[in-house]
Amino acid sequence: MSAGPGSLGGADDLRVHLPFTEFTLDNGLRVVVHEDRRTPLACVDIWYHVGSRNEVPGRTGFAHLFEHLMFEGSEHVPSGRFDELLENVGGINNGSTSQDRTDYWELVPAHAVDLALYLEADRMAGLLHAVGEEQLEAQRGVVMNERRQSYENRPYGMAWETLQAALYPEGHPYRWPVIGYMDDIAAATLADVQEFFATWYTPDNATLVVAGDVNASRVQDVVRGYFGDIAPGRRRPRAEPPALPVLDADQRVTLDDDVTLARIYMAWHSPAAYDDGDAALDVAAGILGSGRASRLYRRLVYESQVAQSVSAWQSSALLGSTFHVVATARPGTELQQLEDTVRDEIAAMAGAVRADEVQRARNALQTDFIDALQSVGGFGGRADQLNTWLFHLGTADYAGQEMARYSALTPERISSAVSTWLCQPAGIVSVVPARRRA
Amino acid sequence: MSHRAVLPPVGEPLPLRMPDVHRARLSSGLETLIVERRDLPVVDVQIVVQAGAAHDFAAHAGRAHLTADLLDEGTSSRQALQIAEEVEALGASLRTRASWDYAAASLHVLRPHVEAATALLADVLLQPAFDDAEFDRKQRERLHAIGQERDDPRNLASMAFTRLVYGSEHPFGLPIGGVAASVTALGAADLAAYHSARYGPSAAFAVVCGDIRTDVALDLLEHHFGAWRTAVTPAPPLPAAPAPRSRAIRIVDRPGAPQSEIRIGHAGPPRSSPDYVALHVANTILGGAFTSRLNILLREEKGYTYGAGSSFAFRRNGGPFVASTAVGTAATADAVNDMVSEVGRLVAEPVTANELARAQSYLVLGLPRTFETTGDVAEHVSELALYDLPHDYYEEYAAAVRRVTPAEVQAAAARWLRPEELVIVVAGDAAAVSDELASLGIGAVDEYDEDAC
Repeated sequence: MSAGPGSLGGADDLRVHLPFTEFTLDNGLRVVVHEDRRTPLACVDIWYHVGSRNEVPGRTGFAHLFEHLMFEGSEHVPSGRFDELLENVGGINNGSTSQDRTDYWELVPAHAVDLALYLEADRMAGLLHAVGEEQLEAQRGVVMNERRQSYENRPYGMAWETLQAALYPEGHPYRWPVIGYMDDIAAATLADVQEFFATWYTPDNATLVVAGDVNASRVQDVVRGYFGDIAPGRRRPRAEPPALPVLDADQRVTLDDDVTLARIYMAWHSPAAYDDGDAALDVAAGILGSGRASRLYRRLVYESQVAQSVSAWQSSALLGSTFHVVATARPGTELQQLEDTVRDEIAAMAGAVRADEVQRARNALQTDFIDALQSVGGFGGRADQLNTWLFHLGTADYAGQEMARYSALTPERISSAVSTWLCQPAGIVSVVPARRRA
Repeated sequence: MSHRAVLPPVGEPLPLRMPDVHRARLSSGLETLIVERRDLPVVDVQIVVQAGAAHDFAAHAGRAHLTADLLDEGTSSRQALQIAEEVEALGASLRTRASWDYAAASLHVLRPHVEAATALLADVLLQPAFDDAEFDRKQRERLHAIGQERDDPRNLASMAFTRLVYGSEHPFGLPIGGVAASVTALGAADLAAYHSARYGPSAAFAVVCGDIRTDVALDLLEHHFGAWRTAVTPAPPLPAAPAPRSRAIRIVDRPGAPQSEIRIGHAGPPRSSPDYVALHVANTILGGAFTSRLNILLREEKGYTYGAGSSFAFRRNGGPFVASTAVGTAATADAVNDMVSEVGRLVAEPVTANELARAQSYLVLGLPRTFETTGDVAEHVSELALYDLPHDYYEEYAAAVRRVTPAEVQAAAARWLRPEELVIVVAGDAAAVSDELASLGIGAVDEYDEDAC
């Protein structure tokens, strides 16, 4: 971070250190331990390098359905006991599935870190001892209701999967939604579960981070004890990463929905996480449409008041990212008008952005980065951040560089990235109010 | 034999270390609570004012909310977007909002900019302009937001539920952001009047938590708030909650909806209730944790839902008890029946020793997790001041949770849960669910009529 006027002090002033020790077991499990004694907590955070991108047609949503089964017991943990054991020690836990990976974490008082490691090891070693038709049937019901609750029965809820299908060609692993299609969720079998577990849930396809008020050498012993004898996986299918799709024209879809205000979703293909251009587009999103000082907020929401809200962000992912703008129209405003203004501002940014805008967007990113490190675990905390770096960069040693990749950006670099990636055809989903009920 | 054949022993928990809170008063009389947290270069500064939606009349629903919302939309010396630009140039976030029991201006900023950002915080809190053009803009935005709230079945169910429980004469019966009629009736002068009547040092306190020395924080607050002199007009007393009626089911019709949003409950106790701790434990067992009865039954055993839970609002003057879930349309009647039964069971039977022990550990050993960030700590410290709790409250809370017995849980549940008077709301496909709900025989089934309550 440069220390010019308006910047956030000298680089040394706010440098964040996340020291760690690292080792790899013979079975391929890579482990990072970060000692952090600020609060008497520990987080066990494991990423399996499998997501919806690894699914096959007819079984969309399977990586996520499988995630649900991971909480249903394992060889030495009877069904229903996983959550009870953790709550008994004051812990919480969760997991999530994305296009790229599936993560699980336990956040526990530090004295219970062994229990969290044990539970992770037992399900990596012996999930299939506990998971049968009964568990699959129940979680299929849960996931179908998750799909209803989070997508089908939610205003604008179908926009995302419509947008994905508009952006990606047939066969691209990002074409379908992580939650999956209803018929595919219904079709999942126990044989699918067994096959998926054997293929992807192996120590050599995972990274484990332990962070918190722990002793690193002791953690190493415990990890070796619980995970050391788990067999490595067989050869996993290796697909050649697909090329970033190129749209030769705008891909437009209109959806009727039971909503009051029309909304436009625009998205462009953009560089993969941590590739050249990814950081520039984070900054560009801040300038274009994040916060009330952004260009689109000023024009659409504040000045002309044709929009109820607007936002923009770079959604970074392994096989290629997407840059998003979402704007909700006031009654009487055509979505075309919002789209035109978005394109107009993008063209203007491709021409030039101001240094003060770049600084403002960078400052927000820096605050977000430091804020995330206030928590040792959970989604977005220190353990998650270390695993994010391991996953995308192959190293956990990136705390010193995370902000540097933004401070290196000049206004010209931002304009150039906008010109290269956003002055292009887009995927566009228009959600318009269906005829309202009486 | 595998190392995994035996569960690892769990050691002794580390002793609870609660943050030291330094309390002082500024020369304006403003109470201040300061906690030093020096591990990361961030600071939270909050000014909390007794100017929440519960401090206003139901007829003015939305006024407290919109007043707080307008604070940072222009001051006597700064235009609306100028404030946003100055805040964001510092990499800070400044939020102004009203809840039921308070309104607050909250600043979160990296240490090097705490002085400049606190000046902005003071400006928006003390010198808001309530300019007509900015008011008109935010009023329109709010009216459209009120329309949008009705798009979401979760809101439809919750709004119908609170309206049925508290009626339209009680602030709790209406959405905190108001309804179209009440917001339309407001003018910029109403907000300015609410601000001058309620925002003053005798009805407010300041919280600072983060990477700043206590004496530096005190000087900073004194500089900006030491001369704050506004005299506060007492808030009107809240009306009594309407008398409970016998159990009934109301349907908010959403033809063709794939799920039903369900809300079940009634009016609940205030934060100051002597039963607070026992009810907190009771609720953890009923619907306050993943392994709670409602979630295990409806999600894990029956696969009806993505999740089910319950809560007591515990506002200063009460607030609803509610059990909530969303289930596939076909499971609606069975889920309602299960939820009503579970509320009844908590009153009729003592909880098991295992359930109680797990809930106690979950609450007590989980405490450190809720003191991790400067924002977490500021929130807890605010709670101390807001509800007149002693400085060692959290230590005492932990001990009190540990002391609760199954009989006490049941007695508290019996005092505050009334299975025969439950308000039951289902937002879903009436044609698909009405008959089955009626055949449960647990209460009359009618379509919800907002204007009739």
